[in-house]
Amino acid sequence: MRNLDSAFSALSDPTRRAILARLASGEATVMELAKPFEMSQPAVSRHLKVLENAGLIARRAEGAKRPCRLAKAGVDAIDEWLAMLREALARNYDRLDQILADMNPKDGEEMR
Amino acid sequence: MSKMTLTIEGDKHIVVTRRFAAPPEAVYRAHTEPHLIQKWLLGPDGWTMPVCISEPRPNGKMRYEWTNGKGGGFYLTGEYLEVEPYSRIVHVERMYLPDPTPDNHVETRFDQDGDGTLLTLRMTLPDTETRARMLATGMEHGMEASYVRLESTI
Repeated sequence: MRNLDSAFSALSDPTRRAILARLASGEATVMELAKPFEMSQPAVSRHLKVLENAGLIARRAEGAKRPCRLAKAGVDAIDEWLAMLREALARNYDRLDQILADMNPKDGEEMR
Repeated sequence: MSKMTLTIEGDKHIVVTRRFAAPPEAVYRAHTEPHLIQKWLLGPDGWTMPVCISEPRPNGKMRYEWTNGKGGGFYLTGEYLEVEPYSRIVHVERMYLPDPTPDNHVETRFDQDGDGTLLTLRMTLPDTETRARMLATGMEHGMEASYVRLESTI
């Protein structure tokens, strides 16, 4: 969970989000990633470094290519965090449902 | 329940929607009247809101204080900017944990939806980095504080 800070920072960049979206459909090399973004390979490599440090991608040694893939643990951690926030807010709103059900319109004067 | 949606939009917005089986007037009042707010805006079991100030008029103040009854607590302050009774509120707020978080600008809409209400919260943070930091630092304060962070910072 200590990675969440860097993970969310990494996600704040649209190019890095697009790279992650691309990797969601499978492993890719720097060259393959650079193509659709019309970026230099060094520029893409810098983004990949940020994503790697944030625990969102992993790289495999395969000669000089080092293909990238999504790192499940890092992505799951973000999902879990957002799910927890959803859960906490949902709990408040479930409670509000009950309050609303108890609010008798005839008691309006008392409520105002 | 699957009634609620929470989405990250663009670079610095968070949008929450939720349907309620009550008219907009009731949902609006539950969001603006202290004695009603204190009944539901609480998060996990065991937390209460002993102090609730809400002055729903332009430049009106808001201050919510939460406690877990065991020495743990935090608070939120804010100001109402625009108030259209039963349909729309715009306010700004920040949490003290204990340092203040950057201002969160929130538009709350209460739209008639059949015989119920569609609630839409649109939160705007100063920038992408702030949103990212807020989402991430929430974890450091643990789940107990998270629901309020969600309300205040996402």
